[in-house]
Amino acid sequence: MIPEIGQFALVLALCLALVQATFPLLGAALGRTEWMALARPAAAGQFVFVAIAFGILEYAFLTDDFSVEFVAQHSNSALPAFYKFTAAWGGHEGSMLFWITVLAIWTMAVTVGSRSQPEEFASRVLGVLGIVSAGIIAFSLLTSNPFLRLAPAALDGNDLNPLLQDPGMIFHPPMLYLGYVGVAVPFSFAIAALLTGRLDKDWAKWTRPWTVAAWLCLTIGITLGSWWAYYELGWGGWWFWDPVENSSFMPWLMTTALLHSLAVTERRGIFKSWTVLLAIAAFSLSLLGTFLTRSPVMVSVHAFAADPTRGLFILSLLGLISGGGLLLYAFRARALEAEGGFKLVSREAFLLANNILLVIAAVAVLFGTLYPLFIDALGGGKISVGPPYFNAMFLVPVLPLCALLGLGMHSAWRTMSADALLRRLKWPAVAAVAAGVILPFVFFRTASVLAIVSITIGIWVCVSSMLDPARKLILRTGAPLTRGHFGMCLAHFGVGVFILGATVASAYNLEVDVSAKPGDTVKAGNYEFVFRGMKRVQGPNFVADEGEFELRRDGKLLTVLTPQKRVYRVQQNPMTEAAINTNPARDVFLALGDPLGDNAWSLRIQVKPMISFLWIGSGIMALGGVLAITDRRYRQLRQKPAVRVEAVGAA
Amino acid sequence: MWRYARYAIPVAIFVAIGGFFYRGLGLNPNDVPSALVGKPMPKFSLPTVTDPDATITSDALQGKVALVNVWGTWCIECRHEHGFLVQLAQAGVPIYGLNLRDDRASAMSWLAQLGNPYVTSGFDPKGVAAVDWGVTGAPETFLIGRDGNVIFKHISPMTPQVWRHDFLPLVEEQCRAGGCEFLAAAGGR
Amino acid sequence: MKPRQQRMALIAGVLVGVVVAVGFGFRAFQENLSYFFSPSDVAAGKSPTGRSFRLGGMVVNDSVQREAGSLTIDFTVTDFANAVPVRYTGVLPDLFKEGKGVVVRGQVGADGRFVAQEVLAKHDENYMPPEVKDALAKSRQAENK
Repeated sequence: MIPEIGQFALVLALCLALVQATFPLLGAALGRTEWMALARPAAAGQFVFVAIAFGILEYAFLTDDFSVEFVAQHSNSALPAFYKFTAAWGGHEGSMLFWITVLAIWTMAVTVGSRSQPEEFASRVLGVLGIVSAGIIAFSLLTSNPFLRLAPAALDGNDLNPLLQDPGMIFHPPMLYLGYVGVAVPFSFAIAALLTGRLDKDWAKWTRPWTVAAWLCLTIGITLGSWWAYYELGWGGWWFWDPVENSSFMPWLMTTALLHSLAVTERRGIFKSWTVLLAIAAFSLSLLGTFLTRSPVMVSVHAFAADPTRGLFILSLLGLISGGGLLLYAFRARALEAEGGFKLVSREAFLLANNILLVIAAVAVLFGTLYPLFIDALGGGKISVGPPYFNAMFLVPVLPLCALLGLGMHSAWRTMSADALLRRLKWPAVAAVAAGVILPFVFFRTASVLAIVSITIGIWVCVSSMLDPARKLILRTGAPLTRGHFGMCLAHFGVGVFILGATVASAYNLEVDVSAKPGDTVKAGNYEFVFRGMKRVQGPNFVADEGEFELRRDGKLLTVLTPQKRVYRVQQNPMTEAAINTNPARDVFLALGDPLGDNAWSLRIQVKPMISFLWIGSGIMALGGVLAITDRRYRQLRQKPAVRVEAVGAA
Repeated sequence: MWRYARYAIPVAIFVAIGGFFYRGLGLNPNDVPSALVGKPMPKFSLPTVTDPDATITSDALQGKVALVNVWGTWCIECRHEHGFLVQLAQAGVPIYGLNLRDDRASAMSWLAQLGNPYVTSGFDPKGVAAVDWGVTGAPETFLIGRDGNVIFKHISPMTPQVWRHDFLPLVEEQCRAGGCEFLAAAGGR
Repeated sequence: MKPRQQRMALIAGVLVGVVVAVGFGFRAFQENLSYFFSPSDVAAGKSPTGRSFRLGGMVVNDSVQREAGSLTIDFTVTDFANAVPVRYTGVLPDLFKEGKGVVVRGQVGADGRFVAQEVLAKHDENYMPPEVKDALAKSRQAENK
């Protein structure tokens, strides 16, 4: 009975989403206030019913209700309780419901945050969010219902895929979804602006914090995913350019471009149609990504077609939301054109370059991701695009982007003399080049050109982004530092740290596969691994062979590493649990391969210098985002609603 | 002209990409593995699920109109069709099981608890026979004709609709010569 | 420079950048496209020589051999019509198993043995990589014709 209540709640949520999608938009078009007034109650009601539905799915998981097919497929009575909780988003149907829940949360936030905005505008934003929500709820109910019953009920569940039985699963998907779905908010703002035909600096100011919020969740989500892949399934790799990763990375690139374009729109009132286009593109890619990530529909075009109703529904939904948005853009964008010039050396020009380069990077990733699907669709056979393509295609736009980043941050709006810019940045640049050329040789004795260039750029980004805060905080001179400005500096500093981590970890990665028996000592770089022995250990729902290794450096014992080879009881899949010894300077990574006979095991040993800089850098980026959202000028917006409405109404 | 047209470029690109996806939708993977249809059924010889010492061979199916159903206790969708298979069996339709990648104890408890619709079930833990039959997963159901040929193959659970639309007409055709006592009970003419 | 010239210079600069990027991109793309072939394709000589490609099929039961303690492993990949011997040195992925689908990336050596640089078995117990599924289905079709 209880799962049926969940389904019923979802149906009610769909009804309210339809109300939210129609009346406010019509009301705004026809000028009927009482229709517009429906937007907030409908959104709140939808939130309540979606929360009930999601709560009931969680209840079904936690109480082992194997009469629900989705639960039977993704859980097991022996599964530890918190994996039962996370299993709710461990499969297609549940993750669609989770998507809906996250959208309801964002919508709720918008109903609260938009109080200060004109009623007509807020109704349109909520109306567009209602359309998106109605579409996805309908998709869930009609093609991927998580509450579907299984008759006869299963005795026990199929268990959660062992790969997903990891603490990373608690935070990674929710953060990623918050980010993915959060992009719907700037999208709705953009569509609302197209509908109104008016897009001003206030609009940019309203849109910006939402965009930063979504961007920051995406940043954290992607980082957690990469970290999870690194220690759980990657054999030490941290980014594989597979379609699932790309589909979260493309919206990130677009949202990053959107943030920068919004900065120009807020400050100068230009780049308007471009900003709107980026918002639409970012959400379209995020929708595409949702379907690529959590559902089997696009593993290949064939899998896409395996359930034609699902595929067709997704395509129609993309057509309605993205196609509709772009069509509206085609008709209305011209009205947004604004006059306003800027010189070749100016903040605007650098931000334009930023946008172009980020879009190039996103298009390159999109091309590499979709090309195999297209070729397959055209009957051209199965191909795959290798990671080197992505690496090259990504570095070509991104290295210049980061080099220009330092210049852009220190140039003025409208115009700036190149001399002044040069004077300001001469010494930091010289220092970065010197450090970039010398440091690799000091620490690693060798360096490729690419490594030198990337390290130089990384240091350059770190140094140039910290100039303003350093001047202010240490020398106590210069303009006061707002949170927004400091957040921006910090986020860019994070980019620099990330580049350093990524470059050093890939350029100076030491990786060996060896065979070893208990009693053997294996050397890798400066490290020695003493194989003490193997033993059998029991987990709650798995058994494992566990190796015991002493990690020594120069004969001194650092730690004991215990990598495992697990076999999960229900699905009988083997799983490698690597042992990692971390410090900021390097990770030592040890994974057990297979038994080779004669007591010998294959081992994969990796020493990755500075890899923690990757996660730290991303964390700093996200922290910068947090600071930027809490800037006073966004808080003021919320505190003085009456004044703002009047001011906008008069404008 | 260009001033207006350029804003339509994004939607044009979108339509092009959407077109590709739409084309992709037209490719149905379920069409491919039906290569066995119209060919003699592959030979096999397997121990049965219920008795490791007994064997079931493809000869047992010769000269009969019968179903071969691929199942496993790990297969959630098999649960969906199981009830209907039991009904078909009660109507007298001979169903031979091919138990895929399973262990004997759970397979036996499954049959004990949910009912056993199978005349016998071959036990194929390594998927040896399944490979010859071109099985890509479970559940799958084959219709074997009187001449020992594979008449039809269905991927995904057997439902009353599938039985009525896809299987019954073919079964009726096979049974024209008589000898299918189950036909009326199973909904045929 | 006048504003107009400046803007032209900016656009020209961007265009050059785009052209260079696209040029690099296509080269990188061409070099990194990896095609998929089945054992039957390899037997028929359709697969490239001196260039790496992906080979997919089932790992033949009891074909996996290794010298005790050695990292080098030999096995045979089949689509039930033809089989290709494969050699790989290194750590195998968790899901590599006899009788299961596998995709390997590498080149055919002079002795006709496929030398794999990478073994991919990124799928769960009851799922086959779509390429492998297709390849198996195709070879069966050909066999039955």
